[in-house]
Amino acid sequence: MELSLSREDAAFRDEVRAFIAENYPPEMRVPNPETDLTKEQMLLWHRILHRQGWIAPLWPKEYGGPGWSITQRFIFEQETSRAGTLPPLAFSVTMVGPVIYTFGSDAQKQKYLPRILSGEDWWCQGYSEPGSGSDLASVRTKAVRDGDHYIVNGHKTWTTLAQHADWIFCLVRTDPAAKAQSGISFLLIDMKSPGVTVRPIITIDGSHEVNDVFLEDVRVPAENLIGEENKGWTYAKFLLGNERTSMAGIGRSTRYLNRLKQIVKTEIAADDPSFGEFIKDIARVELDVLALEATELRVVAQMSRGIDPGPAASLFKIRGTEIFQRITDLTHQAIGNCGLALREHPVSANHFMPGPDYGHTASEKYLNSRKLSIYGGSNEIQRNIIAKAVLGL
Amino acid sequence: MDIQLTEEQELLRGSIQRLLRDQYDFDTRRKIVATDEGFSRKHWNAFAELGLCAAPFQESSGGLGGGPLATMIVMQEFGRKLVVEPFFETVVLAGGLIEDAGSPALREAYLPQIMAGESIWALAWAEGRSRYDFSNVTTTARRQGDSYILSGTKAAVIGAPWADRLIVSARTSGGPRDRSGASLFVVDRHAPNLHLQGFKTIDGRRAAEVTLMNVQIPASQLLGTEGEGVAALEACRDRAIAALCAEAVGAMTELNSSTLEYSKTRKQFGVALGTFQVLQHRMVDMFIALEEAISLTQHLNLSLAAREPHGSKLASGAKTKVGYAARFVAEQAVQLHGGMGMSDELNVGHYFKRIASINVQFGDPTYHLMRYAQQNESGVSSDAAFAAASN
Repeated sequence: MELSLSREDAAFRDEVRAFIAENYPPEMRVPNPETDLTKEQMLLWHRILHRQGWIAPLWPKEYGGPGWSITQRFIFEQETSRAGTLPPLAFSVTMVGPVIYTFGSDAQKQKYLPRILSGEDWWCQGYSEPGSGSDLASVRTKAVRDGDHYIVNGHKTWTTLAQHADWIFCLVRTDPAAKAQSGISFLLIDMKSPGVTVRPIITIDGSHEVNDVFLEDVRVPAENLIGEENKGWTYAKFLLGNERTSMAGIGRSTRYLNRLKQIVKTEIAADDPSFGEFIKDIARVELDVLALEATELRVVAQMSRGIDPGPAASLFKIRGTEIFQRITDLTHQAIGNCGLALREHPVSANHFMPGPDYGHTASEKYLNSRKLSIYGGSNEIQRNIIAKAVLGL
Repeated sequence: MDIQLTEEQELLRGSIQRLLRDQYDFDTRRKIVATDEGFSRKHWNAFAELGLCAAPFQESSGGLGGGPLATMIVMQEFGRKLVVEPFFETVVLAGGLIEDAGSPALREAYLPQIMAGESIWALAWAEGRSRYDFSNVTTTARRQGDSYILSGTKAAVIGAPWADRLIVSARTSGGPRDRSGASLFVVDRHAPNLHLQGFKTIDGRRAAEVTLMNVQIPASQLLGTEGEGVAALEACRDRAIAALCAEAVGAMTELNSSTLEYSKTRKQFGVALGTFQVLQHRMVDMFIALEEAISLTQHLNLSLAAREPHGSKLASGAKTKVGYAARFVAEQAVQLHGGMGMSDELNVGHYFKRIASINVQFGDPTYHLMRYAQQNESGVSSDAAFAAASN
C-alpha cells in the first residue's frame, strides 16, 4: 500500500531508497542484527545517517532535525524499515533526545544533543524495576539531595543494551511522601559513575539484550535533573508516547511476511496437506498487516491535517506486536524439524545449525518476540488505555 | 475427572515424584543441561534402577507390563520437571519399535539392555526435505551379501550425540516418496563412516544431523519387514504422540500453577495481579485448556492400551488439540509473568521451549489437524488414505 504522494514526496522517497541502497553497510546484514552486531557495527549506519543529516527525523531543525514534514518522516520510516535497516538506537534518538530538547535546560541541550546525534553517547532507559513493571509510577529508586548532588540508590531492570551505554536516563523517587506519580524526577546518570553496576540478563532465546542495573550511592550532579524536581512523570509519559508510535512495525512485518511466503514455497510441497493451511494463515496475517497499514496511513493523514491521533499509538502497539508474533510463530512452524534447533549465543561460525540459512534464526525470533506484548507497556495495559481514553470506560 | 489409577500405577507415580523431588529440581536440571554431555548418566541410572525403563514393556518381553499408561505416568512427571534424559527416545521410540516390529532375535538382543538402562537409543527418521512424512526417505540401504550398505543424511536426530545405537529409516526399494520400500535398521552410533554434526535444541537437549557414507551393517539388523518401515513408524508415532501429550500435560500443569501463584503474589497498582478480571479470565481459559488436554491424553492412552481401531486417528486429534492448548498455556504463562517470563533464569521460559519443541516433534498441530480431517473424510483410519489424498 502506498500513500498517494505529491511529486516532491515521490522524489523524496526515491532519494531515500537510493541512499539506503548505496550506503547501508553490508557488514550489518547478519542473520540477526539485533543480537549479532558489536556496538561499533551497530553504530555504522547511525554515523552514516548523521553525516547525511537524517539521524533524527522527529527533531526540530534547530536541534539538528532534517525539518521534514509528517509525510516525509513517514516515508523515511517506511523506506528504512522496508529495506531492513537497523534503526538507530531508539533510547538515544527517539526517547531521551526529545525529552531533553523539550524539557531540558539550554546547558543540557548543548551538552547532550550533539553527542546523541553523532552517536558518541549511547543511552539506555532506567524505567522498570523488579517491583515496577506495568505500574511504572511505583518506582522505588531513591534520589536524595546532598548539596550539589543527588545520591541515588536503587535497582533498574530489563535495561536494554545497558552493556554498551554511556548514559542512563532514570525515573527516581525524590519525594517519598508524595502520591505515586507526583514524587518522581527524571535524572540523567553517567554510567561510569562509581556505584553503577550492570549485570546481564539472558533471555529465553539465549541472547543478551537486557540487564539489571544496580545503583549504589551513586553521586549525580544536580544539574543532571531534567526540568523540575518531582515533575518527572510528565516527562516520562511524554517519552512513552514516543516509544509506542513506532510499534506498528509495518515495514518489518511486511519483510518477514514476504520471507515467510518464500520459506513456505520452498519448504512445503503444494500437495502437503498443511500447505493449504499455511496459505490461509499467511493470507489472514497479510490482511491484518494491510488493515494496520491503512490505519497508520489514516492517522498520518489526520496528523498532517493537525488532528491529534489520541491513543492511536496503543492500537499500533497492540496490533503491531500481535502481528509480528504471529509471523514469527508461522515461520517457526514453516521450517518443520529444523525448528528444533536453537542458535547458540554469543554467535559463532563454529556452531553447526541444520537446514537452510533462512531457518537459522526462526527459533530465536519466535522466542524473542514474546517480549513484544510485554514491554513498552504490556498489551493488557494498552487495552486499558484505549478503554479509558477512547471508550470512556 | 481423572481416570482411576491402579494401586501399581499410583506406586509408580509416587516413586517417580519422590525421586524427581529429591534429585531433579530446576537448578540441578540447569546444571545438567550446561554440562558438556548435556544429560546426566547418574540420573539416567537412577531412573533405570527405579524400573522406569522396563515399566511399559510386556511381561513376555521381560518388562513390567505397564503399557501406554505406565509411559503416560512417567512422561507426565518428566514433563513437570523438564527431564532431559532420553527416556522418550530410548524406551518409547526405540524400545517400542523393537518390541512391536522386531524379530525375536532383535528383541532378545536389545530389549534387556534397554530395560536395564544400559544402552541409549535415538530414532533417525527425518530428512532435510521430509518434513513430517515418513515415506519421504532418500537415504538408501543396498543389500550386499549378508549386509546392507546405508548412505544418506538424517536430520534433527534428537539424542543422537548421547546414543549408543540408532534406528535409521532407509529406502530398500521404490521412489523417494513411495509408502512402501522404506525399511528400518539398527545402526551402531560409532560405526565407521557414520558422522554426527551436533547442535543444541530449543529445549536444552542435544541433537545431530547424521550422515551415513556407505555404512555397512549386518543384514540381521533389519528391524521389521523389509519395505514396511513406514507402517512401523506410524505405529511408533501413535505411541510417541501419546507420550508427548502426557509430557505436555505435565509442563502445562506446572505453568498453570506457577502462573496462578505469581498472580496472587505479584502486586501492581497496589493490588495482586490476580484481582484483574481480564487476567482472571485468561487463567480460567488456561485451566480449561489443561483440563481438556488431560482428558484427551488419558483417552488416547486408554485407546492405545486397548488397541482400539481408531487409535491412530485419535493420536492425530490429540496432537492437534493438546498442541494448541499447550501453546496457549505457554504463551500466556510467559505473558502473565511479564519480563520474568522472558528470562532464562525462571523455569517458565523453559517450559515454553519444551512445549514449542513438542509441537514440532512428529508433526505440528496443523499437520495433525489435516491428517485427522482427512481420516474423517475417508472414514478409514489408515495413512494410506492420507498419503493418497496428499499425492
